[in-house]
Amino acid sequence: MNNFKLFLPVIIFMVLAVFMWRGLYMDSRTLPSVLIDRPLPEFQLRSLELGDRLVTTADLPDGPFILNIWGSYCLPCLQENPIFMAAKEQNIIPIIGLNYKDRDGAARDWLELNGNPFDLNVIDDTGRYGIDLGVYGAPETFLVDANGVIRFKHIGVINYRIWEDEIMPAIAAVQTGGNS
Amino acid sequence: MNVSAKFFGLTIFFVFLAMFQPIKAQAQIDVFDFETPEQEQRYRQLSNDFRCPMCQNANLSSSPGGVASDLRREIYRMIIEGQTDAQIEEFMLARYGDFILYRPRLTAQTLLLWFARNIIRNSGVKKSNDSQAKADAPINQDTYVVADDVISDEERKRLNRLLAEHDDLAHAQDNTGR
Repeated sequence: MNNFKLFLPVIIFMVLAVFMWRGLYMDSRTLPSVLIDRPLPEFQLRSLELGDRLVTTADLPDGPFILNIWGSYCLPCLQENPIFMAAKEQNIIPIIGLNYKDRDGAARDWLELNGNPFDLNVIDDTGRYGIDLGVYGAPETFLVDANGVIRFKHIGVINYRIWEDEIMPAIAAVQTGGNS
Repeated sequence: MNVSAKFFGLTIFFVFLAMFQPIKAQAQIDVFDFETPEQEQRYRQLSNDFRCPMCQNANLSSSPGGVASDLRREIYRMIIEGQTDAQIEEFMLARYGDFILYRPRLTAQTLLLWFARNIIRNSGVKKSNDSQAKADAPINQDTYVVADDVISDEERKRLNRLLAEHDDLAHAQDNTGR
């Protein structure tokens, strides 16, 4: 018992050290989304493609799709654009854009200049729908399954490693889930 | 005064200067019309109480982030619509989760966060009580035993004699603790 008391400070130190060591490698900048496994919130918004007609969740693809929050002002969105372009070319999954707090003209110019991987660009110029999605800055990428339920979210830029290691497996899981 | 001493003095000066700078965060200024002063008061309170999801170390009222101003606008809208503080908190939680609260709710996940300090503090209090009790206990008994072990009766008598010789008090008693 006395021996145990003697080693108590060492034990306390070890426990603290383990916690703090883990803390060093935890990412505190990306918040866990509370919307995972919840249905995509309803919206009624304009789009870049369909003029004055308001689009809703009914206009989104029936099967699984990616919802990418982007803006022409957003440099990381430019960085991840080639990945989405490649995914579009290979017909991996439909990609929907949410043009977040942007101006229509700037967004159209950006798509023309850098390539448009999006099947549809929903316009959220006020950022109000972004709040419903728990978005706090472009780029953010959601994966929605065939039932319209959010299954995966990535905050920040997507590079090739993240695409291969995280997004592709998530897409595969959603696509097999939808077929069964 | 040599150069390094001058430099040192200057450094101290600037450290003090920095210490006394007001470090209050600058509040962001929005132009909203409220119907009553209570509504404005609630708006200020709520935008101070929620944490900005983008800047992370600022509340909504002090954050210059785009999403912070959007969320302040939402708070304003909900106050004007007559929603209660609890409803507004529910709105935030449904979208941004516990992160948005500076004071996390009591859930299974936050149990440790809420009660670890009590556990640690109570164990500390118990420890110090133990040692306090030990300190208050009569220790003299132990001292006598040690004194008896260390010196014999003859040594004790000799010690008393020697001490008495040098003692101003004529009636010097046993100085070994008895």
